[in-house]
Amino acid sequence: MNYLEELLADNDIFTLTTMAEYWSGLVNTTQLVLLSLIIGLVLALPLALMRCSNKAYLSKPVYLFTYVFRGTPLIVQLYLIYYGSGFTFNDTWIWPAFEKAFYPALYAFVLNTAAYTTEILRGAIMATPRGEIEAAKAYGMSWWKRTLRIVLPSAFRRALPAYSNEVIFMLHASAVASTVTILDLTGAAYNIYSRYYAPFEAFIFVAFIYLCLTFMIIYIFKRIENRMLAHLSTSRP
Amino acid sequence: MIDYLFDFHGYGPSIFNGAIITIQVGLLSLLLALLLGLLGASAKLSKNPVAQGVATLYTTIIRGVPDLVLMMLIYYGGQVMINNFTDWLYEAFEIDIFFNINQFVAGVFAIGFIFGAYMSETFRGAFLAVDRGQIEAGVAYGMTRWQIFRRISFPQMMRHALPGLGNNWLVMLKTTALVSVIGLADMVRLATEASKAVHQPFKFFIPVVLVYLALTTVSEWLIKYLERRYSAGVISGQH
Repeated sequence: MNYLEELLADNDIFTLTTMAEYWSGLVNTTQLVLLSLIIGLVLALPLALMRCSNKAYLSKPVYLFTYVFRGTPLIVQLYLIYYGSGFTFNDTWIWPAFEKAFYPALYAFVLNTAAYTTEILRGAIMATPRGEIEAAKAYGMSWWKRTLRIVLPSAFRRALPAYSNEVIFMLHASAVASTVTILDLTGAAYNIYSRYYAPFEAFIFVAFIYLCLTFMIIYIFKRIENRMLAHLSTSRP
Repeated sequence: MIDYLFDFHGYGPSIFNGAIITIQVGLLSLLLALLLGLLGASAKLSKNPVAQGVATLYTTIIRGVPDLVLMMLIYYGGQVMINNFTDWLYEAFEIDIFFNINQFVAGVFAIGFIFGAYMSETFRGAFLAVDRGQIEAGVAYGMTRWQIFRRISFPQMMRHALPGLGNNWLVMLKTTALVSVIGLADMVRLATEASKAVHQPFKFFIPVVLVYLALTTVSEWLIKYLERRYSAGVISGQH
């Protein structure tokens, strides 16, 4: 801490106060992104299975959902939920679930990432080799057993590279949360910009933080891929 | 009921104009992104280490930072740079001018600059997919480098680039909505203002959603058509 104070001593903008602001921005961004990714993934799994079904009443509604949420900008979805809930649910029994800006943002992000993840998982499920499913059927496995033992384990592996892109996309997309009064990383940078009128310092510093986070995500997924996709690696030990 | 549904409280025409602005921003930044993408891909594939380094730095940094942050940096930072420049002009030459950075120009530059990085990667892969022998044949015919690019690499590269290009365009179209944050009166910003004034957010945002869906759908048709066109003469396995 002393070292940090010395480092920041002869600097007008990067004081301990602004550093604390950036830090709480980082906490908010991380919370928002992690929560929406986890809930989105949990939602996406059944949706992807429905989307792959050959029963139209299961697959068509999911198709409509992914079509709408992948075809419109996240910021519009966010505004629709944020302003929509603000004017519609104000002072009703459901209002506590929309009261803080964090909640509508979380709902918008969850729905958005669920739509993209559903399509990623669908692609991976559809790519299951026919022979594997036939073999499972020949063993007399039920649909549940087939899905749990044969289809999903390999589908998750196939989906990993595309899903790592989705995680990075979500981190970057979360910057729009700053437009609905949430003090995430971008919101903190904007506040510091407007306080000191120092756009380069404020935004380049936050860009650097985002860059580090992106590299961290890439590194983590590389590690997971190396473990999970070891059977596909070309180099032999 | 119908009257109620289509009563936009006078905001209808301005939201329509906002949609036109969205399309303009999208198309102009697409043009810029395509140019930067071709430039970036050529630099990455060139043998010049400086060009390679610059292009790699450009694509890595841009793709690692949120669009909104870059847009704010270009818009607010650009204003400060222009102010410093006009101050300097005044001190050095006593020329007294002042101008504000235009949100439209800043938006187009920011989006074009960001998606130029994604386009570079798409074009790089596509150029690599063109058979080396084709280019050697061009050299053997005594074609200049520009002729080889125009007649051989470019048409064949486009076939490989189109799927990635189409994806980039669809993402870009949605990114144009971010220009509303830096204050450009596109349809998202106008819908926000209208719904704050009239207190009917759904009435104004649902048309915006529908316009985006229409633009996406039309774009998808167009991409399919282009893919068919640029695949003329390619024998595929299935049909």
